Order: sequence, then C-alpha cells, then structure tokens
Amino acid sequence: MNIVVCVKYVPDAQADRGFDESDLTTNRESVDGLLSELDEYAVEEALKIAEAGEGEVTVVTIGPDKAADAVKKALQMGADKGVHISDEAIRGSDAFATSLLLAKAIEKIGAPDLVITGMASTDGTMGVVPAMLAERLGLPQVTFASELTVDGDGVTIRRDGDTASETIIAKLPALVSVTDQINEPRYPSFKGIMAAKKKPVETWSLADLGVDAGAVGAAGAYTKVLSVTKRPPREQGQIVTDEGDGGSKLADFLASRKFI
Amino acid sequence: MSVIMSRRDLDFVLFEWLDTAELLQHKPFDEHTPETVASVLDLAEQLSTDLFAPHNRLGDLQEPSFDGTTVHVVPEAGVALKAFAEAGFVAAALPEAVGGMQVPASVFSAALSWFHAANAGTGAYALLTTAAANLIAHHGDSRLRETFVPPMLDGHFFGTMALSEPQAGSSLADITTRAEPQDDGSYRVFGRKMWISGGDHELSDNIVHLVLARTPGAPAGTRGISLFLVPKYLVAEDGSRGERNDVTLAGINHKMGYRGTVNTAPVFGDGAFQPGGLPGAVGYLIGSEGSGLPIMFTMMNEARIGVGLGATALATTGYLKSLAYARERLQGRPVGTGPGSPQVPLVEHPDIRRMLLAQKAYAEGALALVLYAARLVDDAAAHPDRADEANAVLGLLTPIVKSWPSMWGPRANDLAIQILGGAGYTRDHDIEQHYRDNRLNPIHEGTHGIQALDLLGRKVLMDQGRALGLLGARMADTVQRAQTAGGPAAEYAALLAPRVARLGEVTKGLAGLDDPAAVTADASLYLDAAGHIVVAWLWLDQLLAVADKDGPFYDGKRSAAAYFFRRELPTVDPLLNILAASDRVTLDLDASVL
Ligand SMILES: Cc1cc2nc3c(=O)[nH]c(=O)nc-3n(C[C@H](O)[C@H](O)[C@H](O)COP(=O)(O)OP(=O)(O)OC[C@H]3O[C@@H](n4cnc5c(N)ncnc54)[C@H](O)[C@@H]3O)c2cc1C
Repeated sequence: MNIVVCVKYVPDAQADRGFDESDLTTNRESVDGLLSELDEYAVEEALKIAEAGEGEVTVVTIGPDKAADAVKKALQMGADKGVHISDEAIRGSDAFATSLLLAKAIEKIGAPDLVITGMASTDGTMGVVPAMLAERLGLPQVTFASELTVDGDGVTIRRDGDTASETIIAKLPALVSVTDQINEPRYPSFKGIMAAKKKPVETWSLADLGVDAGAVGAAGAYTKVLSVTKRPPREQGQIVTDEGDGGSKLADFLASRKFI
Repeated sequence: MSVIMSRRDLDFVLFEWLDTAELLQHKPFDEHTPETVASVLDLAEQLSTDLFAPHNRLGDLQEPSFDGTTVHVVPEAGVALKAFAEAGFVAAALPEAVGGMQVPASVFSAALSWFHAANAGTGAYALLTTAAANLIAHHGDSRLRETFVPPMLDGHFFGTMALSEPQAGSSLADITTRAEPQDDGSYRVFGRKMWISGGDHELSDNIVHLVLARTPGAPAGTRGISLFLVPKYLVAEDGSRGERNDVTLAGINHKMGYRGTVNTAPVFGDGAFQPGGLPGAVGYLIGSEGSGLPIMFTMMNEARIGVGLGATALATTGYLKSLAYARERLQGRPVGTGPGSPQVPLVEHPDIRRMLLAQKAYAEGALALVLYAARLVDDAAAHPDRADEANAVLGLLTPIVKSWPSMWGPRANDLAIQILGGAGYTRDHDIEQHYRDNRLNPIHEGTHGIQALDLLGRKVLMDQGRALGLLGARMADTVQRAQTAGGPAAEYAALLAPRVARLGEVTKGLAGLDDPAAVTADASLYLDAAGHIVVAWLWLDQLLAVADKDGPFYDGKRSAAAYFFRRELPTVDPLLNILAASDRVTLDLDASVL
C-alpha cells in the first residue's frame, strides 16, 4: 500500500504569530516553525497502516526552505521518503493553488492507494485543501475521520458530529483527512533521527511539476487578505473568590461577556 | 520561548563555543551531524515540555508513599519515563556495541538538561537507570550484560546505586553489608542500605540494584569492597520475571525536595522472601572481589557531571521563570519619577537586574563548566592520542563540576524567589520547589566537603601537580588570546591571570605545610575559590567566541561576563587570603566549647 501524506510547515502556535506587513501573508521569519500538529495525526495514521502490512509512506510539503523541517520530522517519526515543493513564485498561494501543487506532486509521485491529510492547518485553519485535492485527483474524499480502517480495497472511517457518528466507506484509492481524535502521534526517536538522515528527500520546483507561475502565488490567488488587526493585549485576569457563591459569580461573569 | 531551558544558549555553547561540528567528524561520533544533534535537542525539548514539566508540581505535592508492601508514585511519572525510554534516551550515550547510539556526552548532557529542569524528580529514575546500565555494560560478564542491559535500555527494568548505609555515607570504607559466596557462583547479600533513590516502586517490571558489600575475610577499608548486581526479581533463563528476591524496604525517607524520586532504606536478606528456599538476597559479582569501589569510580566522573548538570538546569529554569515574571509584574517607579507616572515592570529596577544578572552569570557559567567537562569526556574518546591530557584535566575539574553548580545553583534559585517577592514564597510558583530540589545537589554524590577534599587532598597534589599544570596551560592559552583580542576580553584577562597565579602559589604553600590536617582543613574555601576562578576562565573563553557578533543574545553574554569579572571574581581574594595565612581558627578549635 502506497500512502502519501500531505503535511504543512507552520509557525509555532504557542508563539506570538503575526502577518507580514508588506503583503499580509503569514510572517514565517520571526517565529519558529514546525510540522503542523494536526498533520502529525495524519503521519501517525499512515505509519500505523504501513506498519500493519506492507507499505510505503511518502510525505509531501509545500513551503520555503525551512519547510524541509516538516518533512524531516515526519521521516524521523518513520515515513520512508519526502518531497519538498519549493519555489519563490509560490509565496502567497491560497488553498486553490496549494491543492493544485499537491495534486501535481502526487501525480508525479505515482498513483497512491491512499492520500492522508490533517483536518486543517494550525495557521490558516481553512480546512478546504483536502476536499479540493480530492477533486483535482478525482478521488473519493472521506474527511474528518476519527477512526480509519483499511481492508481489502476499501477504507472505512468514523466521522463524529455533534449529534451522531457516521460510518463512511470508500473505495481505494481515496483521500482521507483525519482529526486530532484519531490517534496519539508518536515522538521521533534517536533511531528515527539517525535513520532519517539516509532517507531520500526530493525538492521540486514549479518547473518540475509543470505548473505555470501565474497559476500560483499571490498572482494566482482567488482569495486575498485585505486587512489584519492585532489582537488586543491580554488583560489582567479576574480572580473569583469562592465564598459559597463561586458558581453563580462565574456564571455572572460568563453572562457579562455574552458567553452564556 | 521556553522557560525550561534556553535552546539558544545550548546552541551557542555546543556550536559557537565548543565547536561540536568538529567533534562530530571523529570516530566514534561520526554518525552524527549538527542536524541530528539539533533534532535530538528538539526531541528533548518536546518530551520534557509535553510529559515531564506538567507533573513536576504534582510529584512534589503527592510525594511517593509506602504502604508497607508497595511504593506508590504518581502514574504520570511512569508515562513520561516510558516515552523517555522509547525515544531512546536511556540508551543514547552508550556505545553502539551494547545497543546504544554513541551520542557524545556533551550533546547528551545538553539534551538531558531539559529533563532535569522540567522535572528533576521524575528524571532521576531514568538517569540512575542509564548509569547502572552503563556500568553493567562496561564491567559485567556476558551473562549479566545480556540479561540486564537490554531491558534497562528499553525502560522495562530500572536501576539504582546502593552505596550508602545508615552508618556509612561519606565514608564508604565503613560499609557493613556482606555478601556470601554460594556454590553456583552467585552470592547472598545481607545488610541495610540508606538513602537509595528509586529503591522500590512499580514504575518498571524489575529493579536492578548495584550494591556495595564486603565478602568474608575481605580486608578492612575500601579495598575490601565488592560490587554486586541484586535484582528485585530474579530473571529466568528466557528473560521472564522469576522469583521475588529477598529485598524489601525498612521504609522511605521524607525529603525537603526531589520528592518525586522515592528515597528508600532497603533491607537485603532479612528473609522476607526466600528465593530458592533460602533467605538472603541473590546477588551477582561485577568485576572481581575487592574491585567494587574502583569500578564504581569509573562511573563517577559522568555521575558527578550529571549532578552539576542537574544543579545547572534548575538554576537556569529558575532564572528564566523569574525573568519572565520580572518583565510582566508592574511595581514601583524609577528613582526620580513622581507618583502620577505609571508603574514599571520589575526588570526596570537596578536591584532586580542585579539579581537577574547574577543568576544568568551563575547559570550560564555553570552550563559552560558542565558542558566543557562533558566535552573532555568526548575528546578523550575521539582523540586517543590526547586522551591522557583530557582525562587529567577532567579528573581535576570533576569536583568543581559537581560542586560549583551545586553551590551557586541554589543561590540562583534563592535570588529568583527574591525577585518574585511574596509570590516566590508560595507554592503557586515553581521556584520554591526548584530551590528545594536543588538543595540536594551539594549533599549527594559526595558532599561539598568531600569534593573539596578530593580536589585539594588528591587531585591538585597528585603527580606533582601535573593536572593543575595542564589546566593552567589551558587557562594561559585563553588569557593570551584575550590579550590579543583586546577590549573587555583583555581587561578581564588582566583580572584573571593574577588570580590564577595566586591560586598556584596558595596551592604550593598548602602543599608545603608540615601538618597534614592543616593542608585540607579549609579545603571547602579552596574549592570555592578555585571554582570561581575556573568559571571566570570559561566566561572569558566564551566571550572570545562571542567576539564582535551583534544582537541581544551576544550583548547578554557580554553583560554576564562583565558581571562575573567585576563582581564575582574579586570575591576569591579574601578566600585566598585565608588560605595563604593558613588560618587555624577551625583547626585548633576545641569542639567542647561550641
Ligand atoms: C535525597 C538523597 C538521595 C540519595 N541517593 C543516594 C543513592 O541513590 N545511592 C546512595 O548510595 N546514596 C544516596 N544518597 C546518600 C548520599 O550520597 C549521602 O547522603 C552522602 O554521601 C553523605 O552521607 P551522609 O548523609 O551519611 O552524611 P555524613 O557522611 O554523615 O556527612 C555529614 C557532614 O559531614 C561532612 N563530613 C563527613 N565526613 C567528613 C570528613 N572526613 N571530613 C570533612 N567533613 C566530613 C560531610 O561533608 C557532611 O557535611 C542520597 C542522599 C540523599 C539525601
């Protein structure tokens, strides 16, 4: 079973993130980046499937030079090989362009049995790339999987909603996006770190993928960030002392903020 | 930014100062690259942040308990330690031949600092296991190596070091635990130990005690001491857990800090269990009879670097937390501003900055010292032709590496408490715990006083002062480069050089005293003075690595170096004066007048 996992290199969500003032894209310089935590679940799920049978896991990422770290981390966790799509012209790409590039890359890698993604990125959090990618690849899309089993030539997932859990099946090849409920991602290990050194990583440009620069980047974007407003600084917290009426004080506080 | 350790400073020490990239070009470390080292540090940060730090306070508040049969430790510790072993940390620094990853000691120490800082109490179980596995791998026979090392490396068995006894702490020569040889080549061990960390718990499937004991007819003193491997459960041929061995607990100790690590008073061989139908704890000899202490001591350099590292890590996290607090907490106004002006963050007050800079100078000075020593371990492995020199310098520095961070780490934590004011005195903030945890470090692994005796009574006087001469040559080299560099480096070199010379003179003077008791009577003062001089030297050497680099990180290094040279180094003068005068006030004291 050949599995491709799409992963994103994102600014650390714990850090004070911001936007580049010149073109209102995410500022990737001032904060440390890492493999999106939501994509770790996708990597873990792919590894589990591969380990249960025969299989190879390829991770793909799009991003600047440092995005290679996201691939590296996935390889250290146990993925077999990596592809890093990097090109100056990609800067400012939206979800349409991202899905185009991923689709081209996956076609170049060669028809996988399964494409796994996270449910969203922790920076953009749009959550639409999986659906767009499935459409471009002509694959059935089964999204927001909190459980995934592969048997024979099909996949079965469980999707948890507010009122019901759905069981959905699809024929392979398919694309599945997974939630943070699906597993507990492993940490890399010393052995994994040493092994990753020797695993193949290819870097592809737009030309390698046969994609025109006009179709990606800010120029090709269908969406545009018009303005950003910095979050107001955190205010001093308010301490509620419980003198037997702590509960109602908390309720009053939440009501005053229109939470309830 | 993490308040556990400063990754930026670790990177500086490893790559900008100690040139780890160069080390990695040599066997046995040439499988590693700066990139893999970075990944190892990333992994240490992630594991310590996700799994160790979150239960640091819990392990302190819910200290281990003993119900007469079983020791209970918070389950979070087990989860963290399992992940630690699975990631390969227990095995990392061991040679490849025994299943290790041959990670250089300097890199491994840098990685371990995260665990010490995040949760000293939980981390200790793993560090003891690494040390015990390392000892068995080096000195055990093939059966012991094959039976015990693999399950220790993968985290199924934990280890302990059972040296101390109620009547024999500093003076191990006086231990009375005995081991009687059996027909099958094993021994039966009888006796009571004291203070044994990790001596019982349910965190692992088995516990491997390394026990010092005397064999029948062994000579008095240290030459009569042998080392035994005594498992809590015997291990069957196929590796499965066998009979319960005759090892129980008299009780556990209730400590000031380091509460997450259960501290026990084990009893060997009082017949509570009778393996093979006989009382007595089954033990296996490691090495030959009488070689127990020398074998233990082969591990001592690393163990003592480990204590220095722990003290350093706790000093660092206390510094980072008090710094974060001082940047946020608004209190008071700068001198000369009226009551109508807004309050300023604590960090604006010079007295607070003094306490921050002192902590930075201690914590980063200690980190430099510890990693420099660990690098000597690596140099000896990477350059066999230079191993002799590196080992001599390391041997000399070891008591300082153990003791200097242990003295000044708690002092740094004390300053951190002070910066937080009332908040620092509460259990709502971590720092009081760091202080209590750190206070152990001058006591275990040889007390401050014992380290001082080791330094002055043995290491500096050994081989006609050869090691001190070699260290002096390294210092002279730094001083010379600093003079060439000019600027503050040259200014500090001029402060350092005369004190190095003075330390040499004082040493000669002490060595020439007729009364042997007078030589070491004030060994602790000697250790304190020598420690400050060594750390000043390493600050100067770091400053040379800073050179003319720009940015707040490097300016911070410059400020801490300035602080150390102008305010700390001069404090050695009164100590050296006392030593030079061979003052006998403590020596001649009649204890009955106290
Ligand atoms: C929390 C904790 C964990 C420990 N873990 C372990 C462990 O895992 N395994 C283990 O074997 N031990 C362990 N120890 C024991 C530790 O190593 C001893 O406490 C230490 O060696 C000191 O021994 P002692 O407590 O008997 O003090 P003592 O030896 O009685 O010393 C008391 C004081 O007298 C001074 N002193 C003693 N002899 C001399 C001398 N000749 N000249 C000058 N001054 C002297 C000492 O410096 C000290 O200040 C632990 C101790 C603690 C507190």
